[in-house]
Amino acid sequence: MTATTADAPPPELRLPKRRGVELALLVGGVLISVLGYAAVGLAHDGVVPPDVAGYGAGLGTLALLAHVAVRFRAPYADPLLLPIAVLLNGLGLVLIYRLDLETPRDQAAPTQLVWSTLGVALFAAVVVLLRDHRVLQRYAYLSVASALALLIVPIFFPAVNGAKIWIRIGGLSFQPGEFAKILLAVFFAAYLAANRNALAYTGRTFWKLQLPSGRVLGPIVAIWLLSVGVLVLERDLGTSLLFFGLFVIMLYVATGRTGWIAVGLLLAGVGAFVVGSFEPHVHSRVQDWLDPFASIDAGQGPGQLAQSLFAFAAGGMLGTGLGAGHSILIGFAAKSDFILATAGEELGLSGLTAVFLLYALLVARGYRAGLALRDPFGRLLAIGLASILALQVFVIAGGVMGLIPLTGMAMPFLAQGGSSVVTNWIIVALLIRLSDVARRPHPEQVETGVIAAAVEEDR
Amino acid sequence: MIRYIRRAAALCLLLLVALLVNAARIQVFEADELDGNPANRRNTIARYDQPRGNILVGDRPVTGSKETGEQLSFERTYLHGPLYAPVTGYASQTYGTTLIENAEDAVLSGTASVLAPLPFWNEFTRGRQPGGDVVTTIRASMQQAAYDGLSGRRGAVAALDPSTGAILALVSTPSYDPERLSGTGSAVTDAWARLNAAESLPMLNRAIRQTYPPGSTFKIVTAAAALDARAVTDADAPTDTPSPYVLPGTSTTLPNEARGCEQASLADAIRVSCNTVMAHLGVEVGLEGMAETAEGFGFNDTGLRIPSGVARSNFDTDMSDDQLALSSIGQFNTTATPLQMAMVASAVANGGDLRRPHLVDRVTTNDGDTVRQQGSGPSQRPMSPSTAVQLQRMMVDVVENGTGANAAIDGVRVGGKTGTAQHGVDNSGLPYAWFISWAQAPDSGRPAVAVAVVVEDAAADRDDISGGGSAAPIARAVMEAALEE
Repeated sequence: MTATTADAPPPELRLPKRRGVELALLVGGVLISVLGYAAVGLAHDGVVPPDVAGYGAGLGTLALLAHVAVRFRAPYADPLLLPIAVLLNGLGLVLIYRLDLETPRDQAAPTQLVWSTLGVALFAAVVVLLRDHRVLQRYAYLSVASALALLIVPIFFPAVNGAKIWIRIGGLSFQPGEFAKILLAVFFAAYLAANRNALAYTGRTFWKLQLPSGRVLGPIVAIWLLSVGVLVLERDLGTSLLFFGLFVIMLYVATGRTGWIAVGLLLAGVGAFVVGSFEPHVHSRVQDWLDPFASIDAGQGPGQLAQSLFAFAAGGMLGTGLGAGHSILIGFAAKSDFILATAGEELGLSGLTAVFLLYALLVARGYRAGLALRDPFGRLLAIGLASILALQVFVIAGGVMGLIPLTGMAMPFLAQGGSSVVTNWIIVALLIRLSDVARRPHPEQVETGVIAAAVEEDR
Repeated sequence: MIRYIRRAAALCLLLLVALLVNAARIQVFEADELDGNPANRRNTIARYDQPRGNILVGDRPVTGSKETGEQLSFERTYLHGPLYAPVTGYASQTYGTTLIENAEDAVLSGTASVLAPLPFWNEFTRGRQPGGDVVTTIRASMQQAAYDGLSGRRGAVAALDPSTGAILALVSTPSYDPERLSGTGSAVTDAWARLNAAESLPMLNRAIRQTYPPGSTFKIVTAAAALDARAVTDADAPTDTPSPYVLPGTSTTLPNEARGCEQASLADAIRVSCNTVMAHLGVEVGLEGMAETAEGFGFNDTGLRIPSGVARSNFDTDMSDDQLALSSIGQFNTTATPLQMAMVASAVANGGDLRRPHLVDRVTTNDGDTVRQQGSGPSQRPMSPSTAVQLQRMMVDVVENGTGANAAIDGVRVGGKTGTAQHGVDNSGLPYAWFISWAQAPDSGRPAVAVAVVVEDAAADRDDISGGGSAAPIARAVMEAALEE
């Protein structure tokens, strides 16, 4: 494009890092959260909460810390990822604080702030310590072993609300399944990256379907079946659905075999039908989904799903305003599984759309990093992590809005839940790292002055 | 690989679109239906999250609101609850509302569009205004006099301003305290169960919701019909009535409690309350004329609202002559609410012009600006003015020289009519004591008040029960209170 001289590098070679954009967006995200926090206090007590400055300073410090880590260790990273995560986390804190006002004996916001701090700390740690994502490829089998261990451990702990997915030690409780999904994504990416040619081009043809050889496919299917089986045993249908979707998407992207999608959907359908029909805990949720108002007709008052639908409806187009809704009627899971209903009631369809678009941007940026990366492992990992977010948002949002049967899962960043917040911060850290690599100019490009789009290697 | 990544991205986009479409479905298209679901507590919570407007007697509220700190924030309180319960009704978070609390609920709860600064304001903002106040026509002194007069006996009092139709007193005893039904919880459900199970029916509004055989007080209606139909042209001339009187088409004789009823004039028949003369006159007027006059006074009207609905007072329109004869002295199937009989007295006092009764004088916003004013009620004319003048004279005669002496007030023109109504199978029940009356101050061109009193005292000795004995003193107390103002 431009002639190069040794002493005067042309301006085109200074690739835009966009760290200033990130900082500006972060300030905006923190400001929106602080305003939301103030709005809750104004609506509820008529005064701005006294600790609004403290909340703003806390969130701002966390955002700044994360920004500094990115600025120095991942300067080319996508500038949208971090601000979106901060805004969603800030909004989640506002919603939890708002719901705390209705339940004075159960204060969740301070705990959530501690977990968020830990999440940001881990975020910074990942960004700083993980210089190259390809390192992770080496730990594929360690990852899958840890994932399975994490999934199996809760079996030995008592069930909470019908699902054996928690580990309780002392006053702390966390969901190992949350961490397991990152580890599993790493393993899937590594295994598929290493074996994708074998998966795509070997094996027998059966009818129109080309089956990969069992030797290649076997181990990964076994791992997958094992994790889903464990989750079904623990009655964590949401996460098993997530793992299922994650596996199918990654397999499809790696091999390009449309047949796998069909087989995946078929298996999912059969599995869902069998579990939904015979497992009582799930069966009741399917019944609830088919007729959310059955308990009202039976004279037992509205169930959680009906209350959630009432909350969304009360929001309408513009919402009742933060702090002015009655989503506490939803009951015990209002701060976790059903927090989106509070967003729907108090922010309305307009606010809910904004929240969905934030998630969509996060997912899109993950996919974009995947497209721009050159190594198959990085690509698959970026796609996998972005898909985890997309599937999780769909499964939980679809559940509380009556689109699909309800599965207990946490809305990324919004919902109360320590392991969830920490995990999501790690996912964003990995996406930051991947996008940094994807957007960083290659040495040879700098040398020749050619800024090429990622060259497609295989096809 | 690029192509498959793009397809996977398209799948994610599809999921997002599904979520957005579904959100729009719930929040826009199905929102009204979900909002209106009876199991949705939001409407109830919104309803009780501000203090309810007050019901006023004179300038003073007889209701209030207290904050409970519960999900349904504000609960109704009542000053002198039992005294005003037949006026206010109750406003309960558990059992809903009755009477004025019910009829003016939109004003009191702040949803009425008249309270809003602009038309359709409430509908647009989906909000509500601060609760408005409802000012009643009740006069505290008269209400208290009526309540004290009944002194816990079963009965009712209704008092009207004849020239406007304003209800000045509306009492039913025994009463109850509506505050005990205000909130939620077991105290409220227990109180509800006890009140409903009580044999004395304390929650029955006897003044407007219970009908009684009006007995001899109905003779005023019969007399009006006879004079208007010219069955009697001279109230002081003897009528052609034997005593006892044989009911037409039967061999049953109708006796008199009073003496001197043989061939008595209409005026004498009213003064001493002759059954025979009035039964005979009713038959002479005929079913059609009797029914027309009775309906002119408000009988058989199912649509009377004050603004709460008033029970229908009955005068049969399909009877044989012997039944008509009994109906003409307020027996057989003839029944009336106390309010209905107050309307009869009021029409006579007001020169034959009956003003429809009303209980709400005006409605104001929370700031006291009047947004609706009730003038005099629409009028109807059950009898000619000359008939009314003759009846006034006869009713005054009842108080001065007849059965209603207990209602006399010194220096005041008082007209009245007693009644002792028998009821039950073969008249086995204890009779009801009735008194209807009106009073006009000497320096006034128009009557101040019309009153109807009924006492159904199950505990009393049967002989003591008579309109003149039990009911007239209560009416006098109420009229005195009216004249003092």
